[in-house]
Amino acid sequence: MNWRKVEENIFRGLMLLSTVIVVGSLAFILVIIFLKGLPALSLNMLIQTPKGGYYLGKEGGILNAILGSLVLGIGATLLALLVSLPIVIYLNIYLPKTSKFAQVVRFFFDVLWGIPSIVYGAFGFTVMVFFGLRASLLAGTVTVALFILPMMSRAMDEVLKMVPFELKEASYALGSTRLETALKVIVRQAFPGILTAILVAFGRGISDAASVLFTASFTDSLPSSLLKPVATLPLAIFFQLATPFPEVQQRGYASAFVLTVIVLLISVISRIISKRFTKHVVK
Amino acid sequence: MTWRGFKDAIGAKIMFLFASFILSLAFVMALGLYLRARPILAIRPLKTLLFSSLWHPLQGEFGLASFIAGTLWVTAIAIIIAVPLSILTAIYLSEYAHRRIREFLKPVVDLLAGISPVIYGVWGIIAIVPLVRDYLMPFLSERFSFFPFKSDNYTGYSAITGGIVLAVMVSPIIISIVEEVMRTVPFEIREASQALGATKWQTIKHAVLKKALPGIVAAVILGLSRAFGETMAVLMVAGCALHGFPRSIFDTAYPLPALIANTYGEMMSIPLYDAAILLAALILLMVTTCFNMIAWGILLRIEQREM
Amino acid sequence: MFKPHIQVRELSISYGDHQALKNVTVDIPEKQITAIIGPSGCGKTTLVKSFNRLIDLQEGVKVSGQILVDGEDIYNPGVDVTLLRKKMGLLSQRPQALPMSIYDNVAYGPRIHGLRNKKELDYIVETRLKESSLWNEVKDRLHSPASRLSIGQQQRLCLARGLAVNPEIILGDEPTSALDPISAERIEQRFLELKDKYTIVLVTHVLRQAKRLADYVIFLYLGELVEHGPAEVIFKDPKDHRTKAYIEGTFIEAVKIRKTFIDQEV
Repeated sequence: MNWRKVEENIFRGLMLLSTVIVVGSLAFILVIIFLKGLPALSLNMLIQTPKGGYYLGKEGGILNAILGSLVLGIGATLLALLVSLPIVIYLNIYLPKTSKFAQVVRFFFDVLWGIPSIVYGAFGFTVMVFFGLRASLLAGTVTVALFILPMMSRAMDEVLKMVPFELKEASYALGSTRLETALKVIVRQAFPGILTAILVAFGRGISDAASVLFTASFTDSLPSSLLKPVATLPLAIFFQLATPFPEVQQRGYASAFVLTVIVLLISVISRIISKRFTKHVVK
Repeated sequence: MTWRGFKDAIGAKIMFLFASFILSLAFVMALGLYLRARPILAIRPLKTLLFSSLWHPLQGEFGLASFIAGTLWVTAIAIIIAVPLSILTAIYLSEYAHRRIREFLKPVVDLLAGISPVIYGVWGIIAIVPLVRDYLMPFLSERFSFFPFKSDNYTGYSAITGGIVLAVMVSPIIISIVEEVMRTVPFEIREASQALGATKWQTIKHAVLKKALPGIVAAVILGLSRAFGETMAVLMVAGCALHGFPRSIFDTAYPLPALIANTYGEMMSIPLYDAAILLAALILLMVTTCFNMIAWGILLRIEQREM
Repeated sequence: MFKPHIQVRELSISYGDHQALKNVTVDIPEKQITAIIGPSGCGKTTLVKSFNRLIDLQEGVKVSGQILVDGEDIYNPGVDVTLLRKKMGLLSQRPQALPMSIYDNVAYGPRIHGLRNKKELDYIVETRLKESSLWNEVKDRLHSPASRLSIGQQQRLCLARGLAVNPEIILGDEPTSALDPISAERIEQRFLELKDKYTIVLVTHVLRQAKRLADYVIFLYLGELVEHGPAEVIFKDPKDHRTKAYIEGTFIEAVKIRKTFIDQEV
């Protein structure tokens, strides 16, 4: 029976190797960004906007992109939240568990989640042109909001699904309406999960370039108006790397470092929140 | 009706409206893109647009074939690399790893999924392009100078570079779904198999994987769909040169999403250019939606069988 | 006296904090039907699953003591678990068909142990299905999915599957409790016919079943071995008052009374 043991060991080895490769890739990516990006980072980069000729090697920084991404990201996340939360509450509290409508909506969330961001960008562009608008913070915000809507909704839906039925029962037994139960009890219980869903969606929103490429365009100035174009970090990184000047490329690596740090921070914060905010949560 | 009851009812109406909006979103998107793409569909038959590789916008030639081919090359390479890697990792995570290791590794996989595509692109430029240019390309292209290795692109920016970066991007999706699906296979099946004297691997190979197969297929389809539509990372490393059809993994590739992204500036200035580009976006939308519907249909069926 | 097939020596098993078996020492006779009886949670399933080391699959299991099968301690580190399990067939409470055809289910065991010859596999499948009295019902649809069988048929399939690896010992963990009375009776018939060739160990919580089938009886309570012996002896004249109470059905009362004594002591 030796061949069985050999087969088992071969596959065990392959499995371990695969896992190491996958985990190693993450480490590889982070290490490279760190090594290449940190040395090139300077305080000036973070607090200045690009002066003329920045992309040709002259002075300036990426403050426009950092602030632009934050403003756009927060706006998009809030907008998506405004639409997601009601829908998810409706699915979990108003509709019965076996509702066909809920099934269909969830199915569509899943399908929408897989649509590439460039398609959202192209669609956003179409709508923009239809209304005669130009590329702007508003257009970008709405497009990114649409893009992160499915993933935020799925995540929140998973959390709300796990709220024990007895909790809802208890609230109704005290005479609450469905809306009150939803807002005062369920959301409290699911709060850490909801917060995590929001943060993760935010992270995804600010990381994406394809959805803002057409709709928010780019600019060297700080975000000033809803109707003017706005700079975003991913695009700033891309443009800096696309130049033939090594100093600018270095700054691109540094910008990549900044973006990575932001996303990592979000990830860590959301984990901490999940653990800490379980004060009021009923087990 | 009381004020509270009124709020409750109004809330329900608004929420229903939002939910219906979601249902219509995919269709509205398709419709919007179609309307903008109509001008070019009116002039050229769909077949030419899809299968011709003549791309000369200034002369009104809009054959998308080389871009479609570019997408297929990069996606195929990514899937060939990612699928075995992901499935093996997922099996390890769900069947072999200790609880502590699994708890450590799951966030790692999630983190990989959350990294910005642009960052993947940067990593690709710094690490993978030199790898392909200095090691893979010379080694393989000289040794095996036939399809699909033969090429005269020595820059390192090529289909395989894009494929490698994409493979790492797409793996977390496949891993997390396969791992979840394997967890739905009832413990009793493993017990029954091992009670007959099967080794752990035999049990997985013959019994567990069989049950998990539809879910694994769905995971691969979702990974495929993601690879199809990824724009930024691939744009930065695949070369995106306009000359012709890729005939080798080391040739440059110009996938459809990259085309859409790159022509943003010029789109409005040449007649019909925007229609062609938005047609490309529509194609992407249709293909990925199709894939996603199939995959989620399978996964839904699995979930229902559990109940 | 009888020839023991399995010898349990001071076996103690715990899952995490929960002590499932305490210091059990007993012999299982060869080529007889041994019934393990006792109230729920007393460790019957743990004992039976320790014989084919299926409890190894649970997390946090600690085993001390010895189980000797044909004289060898099966918990010896050098033992090949897969070969050990080949010696034993297990019928679980809920029949679990493998996700494949009826034919492949029965052929699964021989195949994983290396048998490839189609003629031999065909022969094994037919013989074992006949032995489990399932052959006539499925002979025309051997390659259809096993999941389509009724639950009674599935349990007979599991019996055929277990027999296909040529075991010496058949283990049953309440094998008829999920079945309708007719299917249950058929399985019991099989056991009676099989005991000439195999040692059979059955866990059951149905006393009447034990009375119908058992040659030897083991009574467990709260993880401890209370009493064991030939069936007629145990059923007619049990020595321990707990055994007596369980067999006569006054067990619940006995437990309650004992508990009040313990509470008062504390």
